[in-house]
Amino acid sequence: MSDEIKIKVSNLNFYYGKMQALKNINIDIMDKKITALIGPSGCGKSTLIRIFNRMCDLVIGAKAEGSVIFDGENILNSSIDIVKLRQKIGMVFQKPNPFPKTIFQNIAYGLEINGCKDKSFIKFKVEETLKKAALWEDVKDRLNDSALGLSGGQQQRLCIARALAVEAQVILFDEPCASLDPISTAKIEELILELQNNYAIIIVTHNMQQASRVSDYTAFMYLGDLIEFGSTNQIFTVPKNPKTEEYLSGKFG
Amino acid sequence: MNALKEKVIKSILSITAFASIAFLIGIVVTLFANSLTALKGIDQIQFLFSSDWAPYYSPAEYGILSMVISSALIGITAALVCIPLGIGTALYLNEIAGSAQRKILKPVIEILAGIPSIIFGFFAMAVLAPFLQNIFDLPSGLCILTASLTLGIMTIPVITSIAEDALGFVPIGFKEASYALGGNRWQTLIKVTIPAAASGIITSIILAIGRIVGETMIVLMVAGGSLAIPTSILAPARPMTSTIAAEMGEAAYGSLHFSALFEIGLLLFFMTFILNFISERISKKYRLKLGQGR
Repeated sequence: MSDEIKIKVSNLNFYYGKMQALKNINIDIMDKKITALIGPSGCGKSTLIRIFNRMCDLVIGAKAEGSVIFDGENILNSSIDIVKLRQKIGMVFQKPNPFPKTIFQNIAYGLEINGCKDKSFIKFKVEETLKKAALWEDVKDRLNDSALGLSGGQQQRLCIARALAVEAQVILFDEPCASLDPISTAKIEELILELQNNYAIIIVTHNMQQASRVSDYTAFMYLGDLIEFGSTNQIFTVPKNPKTEEYLSGKFG
Repeated sequence: MNALKEKVIKSILSITAFASIAFLIGIVVTLFANSLTALKGIDQIQFLFSSDWAPYYSPAEYGILSMVISSALIGITAALVCIPLGIGTALYLNEIAGSAQRKILKPVIEILAGIPSIIFGFFAMAVLAPFLQNIFDLPSGLCILTASLTLGIMTIPVITSIAEDALGFVPIGFKEASYALGGNRWQTLIKVTIPAAASGIITSIILAIGRIVGETMIVLMVAGGSLAIPTSILAPARPMTSTIAAEMGEAAYGSLHFSALFEIGLLLFFMTFILNFISERISKKYRLKLGQGR
């Protein structure tokens, strides 16, 4: 187990036009650990996770200040290679969103758009990542079927495999189980715990039990402020900030 | 009292709903009934594969090959105009235009759709035909190219509005997934957005072609009206619709000529029917696909 910092966020402020969505955030994301971001809707946790892979750029009028150091570079710099960044920091969305293509093509997509033409390598990667995502046994005989024919949980695992295929080092999960049933949720959580051995993981969740079950660290956010950040054990048992305690005990949210 | 009211309203609405079916059946029956004389009286091989159309000769000749070829040529050439322009516009509106631009562009395109075809015909006669005549040094500017360009411009909105809807229906999740994997805007457009909207785009193209093949006024005004098999797109031509419109007034009611014109109409009806059928099938498939894809 390493205790290496994978992403270091310092004095991060973020604006949508005039609205300040994140206020002076400081947080260290550890490698090979799972960090959960919790807080009521509108607290900025989804905004924060979308800064790590610069998906926040897609919103018109978005502006970030401060520094987010990853691989020795401030990823907020406009000079950063966004394609490389997004390959290293993969993302799994709230709703499973496989492309309306075959299972095979879904995983090959990320490799192909980066110019990989080696068919046998792509084939190898498809098998490898599907195995990592615990989906290989389910789909190995129907790789050429549409990905939309899979169940919601299988689709979500396919989306995870897709992110792994482009050599991600960090995986961002934006409420990955929000649209899944309890059994699929359990499988995804199991998978996330397994992935932790090789990846830094950040997960946004509304589900307190999920945060306490899977994460090593928890950050509680409220109205754009990072209220408290610490080990999950400490946050859930002896929160230092009264706001955190109120939220965890269901007084608001 | 209320129950009676309900019944009256219900029956009025049912009548209006079934009226269009009745009209459709009526049209098909009329087309068939009036074509019967020609179907029996003209050798059908001759009708379809001869290009000698001379209803006023004795003996009269009824061969529509040149008209079918003219219709096809005009359809293809006009499609080559409206497909790139229409889809290009749709892509621009969907992907590049900001909301301010869209607010101006969309209504303008809709106005284009509302202009009567005879106005397009005027424009083609007054501006396009002399222009092309000069450029290509033609004896007359009234030719296939003039008609095709005009028809192509007229059907841009057909393609743009349907294709733009189809692009707009592509779930944002597909695009986000592509961006999150490192795809740039261009790759996302070509490999994700357009394939996901493909069926809608194809439907728009087929509907536009149907509209082009069925259009009468413009070809009557600017296609040139020659019954020879056209040898190039700069040659004058007379497609199926023009012939019907030009000759129907002169043909004696119930004569063989009259019936032959109806048979041309019957053929046109089946051509557009098939095009509509294909587009219906494709768009059904597309709705299913997007339904599952959320």
